[in-house]
Amino acid sequence: MASGVKPRVKVPKKAAAGDTITIKTLISHKMESGQRKDKEGNVIPRSIINRFTCDFNGENVIDVQLEPAISTNPYFEFEALVPEAGEFKFTWYDDDGSVYDTTKKIEIG
Amino acid sequence: MELTRRNAIILGAGALLVSGMPMRRSAAATSEEAIAAFTGGAEIGSGDIELIAPEIAENGNTVPIEVSSGSAAEILVLAMGNPTPNVATFRFGKLAASRAASTRIRLAGTQDVVAIAKLDDGSFVQASSTVKVTIGGCGG
Repeated sequence: MASGVKPRVKVPKKAAAGDTITIKTLISHKMESGQRKDKEGNVIPRSIINRFTCDFNGENVIDVQLEPAISTNPYFEFEALVPEAGEFKFTWYDDDGSVYDTTKKIEIG
Repeated sequence: MELTRRNAIILGAGALLVSGMPMRRSAAATSEEAIAAFTGGAEIGSGDIELIAPEIAENGNTVPIEVSSGSAAEILVLAMGNPTPNVATFRFGKLAASRAASTRIRLAGTQDVVAIAKLDDGSFVQASSTVKVTIGGCGG
């Protein structure tokens, strides 16, 4: 497991039913591309997050496949529909098998 | 084969060709392969896809890009000049309010960034944008 991985997500606390909201996500991860070399000239092995998904009450919002060309601390911004009150679930899948997730509740008001 | 002068020249020319070509060849081949893998060989038109990328990026390590489309089911982003051209594939689910997303990518140098969308009707459209990169983002 890569060290210091911390997901951060920005979701509004409240929305009207049927509203469109903007979600911003960022996870601290060095996203080692597998292209760089260390001082001795050895290739530093690839270690990236290869998939990111966002679901709302079990229904998929977005599913992104990441490649090494995604920057350090992968950032995504996208829009979601909020049909009812519930919970957003964000999941990141690491190359080494680790899974990082976080959830955010949203109310209808 | 006897090593005559003529044979030596032919060999030399052959070696030059082989050593000079691969870099360009393989880069082109892999981006074509990446596109073929996504489209399955279908024809790519232009239309309902937009790619927003800066004209000049000072730092190739984080180049902000945005893709959007009215009716895309999937959007593939490629950086044609990177060692591995694939950048990301966005798949939009039922609750995606818009078929748009933005992220930050790495670019090895000045190159074309291409976005290919698979629309709901199964057709493919593409958009591309040239980004000038001052400092490359692939280490070295």
